Amino acid sequence: MAALLEVANVSKNFSGLRAVADVTFAVPEGAIFAVIGPNGAGKTTLFNLIAGVFAPDAGEIAFNGVRIDGQPPDEICRRGIGRTFQIVRPFPGLSVEENVTIGALLRQPDPAAAMRRAHEILWRLDLFDKRRHLAGALTLPDRKRLEVARALATEPKLLLLDEVMAGLRPTETDRMVDILKMLNKESGLTILLIEHVMRAVMSVATRVLVLHHGAAIAEGTPDAVVRDPAVVASYLGAEAV
Amino acid sequence: MPAEIYLNVAISGLLTGLVYGLMALGLSVIFGVVRVVNFAHGEMMTVAMYVAVVLFAQLGLDPLLMMLPIAALLFAVGYAMQMALINPFIARPEHSQFMLMVAVAIILVNGLLIVFGPDAQTVQTSYAFDSFAVGPVIVDATKLYAGLAAILVAAALFAFFQFAPLGKAIRACADNYTGALVVGLDVKRLYALSFGLGAACVGAAGAIIVLIVDVTPPLGPAYTLLAFIIVITGGLGSMPGALLGGILIGLTEAMAGLFFTPSAKSMFAFAILVLVLLFRPQGIMGKRLT
Amino acid sequence: MIARLLHGVPRHALLLLAGLLAILVAAPIFADDYLVTVLILILYFAYTGQAWNILMGFAGQLSLGHALFVGLGAYTSAALYVHFGIGPWIGMPVAILISVACGAIIGFLAFRFGVGGVYFAILTIAFCEFTRIGFDHFDWVAGSSGLFLPVANYTRNDLINLRGQPVMFYYVILALTVAAFVMCHALLRSRVGYYWQAIREDEAAARSLGISTFRYKMIAIVISSGMTAPAGVFYAFYYNNLFPEQTFFILRSIEIILGPIIGGVGTLFGPVIGAFLLTGLSEALQELLTAYGLDTPGAKRVFYGVCLLVVVMVLPNGIWPPIARLLRLDRRETPET
Repeated sequence: MAALLEVANVSKNFSGLRAVADVTFAVPEGAIFAVIGPNGAGKTTLFNLIAGVFAPDAGEIAFNGVRIDGQPPDEICRRGIGRTFQIVRPFPGLSVEENVTIGALLRQPDPAAAMRRAHEILWRLDLFDKRRHLAGALTLPDRKRLEVARALATEPKLLLLDEVMAGLRPTETDRMVDILKMLNKESGLTILLIEHVMRAVMSVATRVLVLHHGAAIAEGTPDAVVRDPAVVASYLGAEAV
Repeated sequence: MPAEIYLNVAISGLLTGLVYGLMALGLSVIFGVVRVVNFAHGEMMTVAMYVAVVLFAQLGLDPLLMMLPIAALLFAVGYAMQMALINPFIARPEHSQFMLMVAVAIILVNGLLIVFGPDAQTVQTSYAFDSFAVGPVIVDATKLYAGLAAILVAAALFAFFQFAPLGKAIRACADNYTGALVVGLDVKRLYALSFGLGAACVGAAGAIIVLIVDVTPPLGPAYTLLAFIIVITGGLGSMPGALLGGILIGLTEAMAGLFFTPSAKSMFAFAILVLVLLFRPQGIMGKRLT
Repeated sequence: MIARLLHGVPRHALLLLAGLLAILVAAPIFADDYLVTVLILILYFAYTGQAWNILMGFAGQLSLGHALFVGLGAYTSAALYVHFGIGPWIGMPVAILISVACGAIIGFLAFRFGVGGVYFAILTIAFCEFTRIGFDHFDWVAGSSGLFLPVANYTRNDLINLRGQPVMFYYVILALTVAAFVMCHALLRSRVGYYWQAIREDEAAARSLGISTFRYKMIAIVISSGMTAPAGVFYAFYYNNLFPEQTFFILRSIEIILGPIIGGVGTLFGPVIGAFLLTGLSEALQELLTAYGLDTPGAKRVFYGVCLLVVVMVLPNGIWPPIARLLRLDRRETPET
């Protein structure tokens, strides 16, 4: 399998604080790749570097073999990377279908066609019945799924999900896991998850990277990672205490 | 032109600029703490100016002596406005707050127009034509008193925020709203106090500036704009920045009046605003925006 | 084209619109001269409100300096007419061009450097004030002493040169307003319209969906400024005199935005309803005040201020949204909780 996303020796500092330190990894095409770590490990910063919110201070990020680091967020999306936000940001004053239509307009310039595409996606994500609802009035699980739907509508090759399970109840988490598995299986979508909730990651990810204090301390299959002594000490150990 | 003229005009601009700075300081305090853009700032200033004019005309009270009572009056107005009008708007979008203040501004400016009419009102003190000669430089007495009074009020405000417990509490509230809530500060009251303090600044500035400027109702919007230009130039939320911006704009206007025509002087203030917005949007003394 | 425009519009909405249009077209038959001038004023504010609404209501960029574009349109067409005898319909494209150029400069400066929110509003005021003072010293258009268009007692209406009686001006501004309404409807349903709304709602989220926010904000200010200019042309030929002090006065900009804010920012009907209510009420108030001898210069504007205050406090989204729900014209639902 060729690597779809390659992150090589990437670092980012914030006024002296090393948020991401020399991180290297590759996400193969078709994988569900998870980045985990305790709070403050630099997960969201890493995510924002890939999504184009910041440019890295050092290192390279390549997508499909082309360098993308330093490109603005809209350009990153046009190249085929969709994202969600850790604190959900649907367009609150617009309806669910309008939210997703805006995403679909990237590849379908005709609004009527984009709306049809949006309806297909809403159908798959179980939001079709709520398509006329104001996005701002949805419950948190619905808003999280709406964000996934909106990002999917831009037809990404890689979907970046920032803590998409956080704040969900176990049944809702399972529902999200099923959706992600379905998307990955049916359309071969590559997914990069940034996640704090371990349980969900273990059941969905094919490969896991563990960050601690901005540095990558382990990478491997979920089973291998949880047995890694360094991971247990830094992350799981800390949680267990 | 002899060199002394430039110096005279520069000093005059500097002294006027100090009063501008005091006015802008009020805007800066309000924005820094309450995070609401007071679009009725200049209108509140004209209210203070008219109070000073009436007190002088009816009772012969000198505006400089009335500076503190007028500031106290405006403090009460500001406190009440924050409590009644603005506090319910704290969580509303920026443009909604802005429109609220625009409405207040329109009511104030036209209310003054109805009460006082469109003609300029002026204060003629006994020292209106006095001046001091320092070597070759002639300093206008009124402007000197005005500048000194502005410095005095500004210094008192700085001291309040630096040393008084209440001032520190307000600063804490400005730095971290949620934090202030958590440690049990009454944020709504602190907001009202801050708006009151900001209004007191314009109150004092208004009482002072009637010595230099004739007051008409349309002066309100003009001063609002001027206060914004000064605060943005100096750095939004920075108190020293507001004073510095005031001096800079005062100097610029004075010099523009000398070199070009006085009626075009505010064009130069706008030009400075545009330059600052483009090249240093955080202002001269402002913190870098993220 | 027409089928596309009408697609998905509820039938009772079309009937309502057709009825309203019929009343407006027939109005001069029943109305006296005074009422026609009031209607002209209403339509004028409906038109300018619609143009402003594109920038603020659709794309979320608050302009408080739209009098600038009215003024540029007015001065361009009036100067061309006075100096070269060029008629308003040829002057209009020139006016639009100049207005658009100015809007593009403001937009480029602001959006390229990330100036948004209140800063953008102040930048627009600053440009308008800058122009006002500039025009005060601009001798070619007579500076502060004012530019006047030649006026005579017209026995017949000259549509080519826009010289004539109020009824002609009424139909001109009605046509402009209808055109603006249809255009805004089309824009709102186009890709651009969706993208504007995305930017208005959440700029960072919009960028994450591949939207070049700079580009679409530029499109918004270009269309909005270009659309505002014809209102200026109308203003110049209807009032026949232009003073920088009045044309570029900050309250002129505020008057433009009051209608849409009271009616409902970002809605198609908001500017129209707002203009009807505000102008209608303020004219009625004027009549009342004059009748009781209380007519002072500030009274009407205090009324504007109070209207704005009440609406902003009580109906933050304007008057139209609740009416739309009542008439079942709202496509978005708020689920009961």
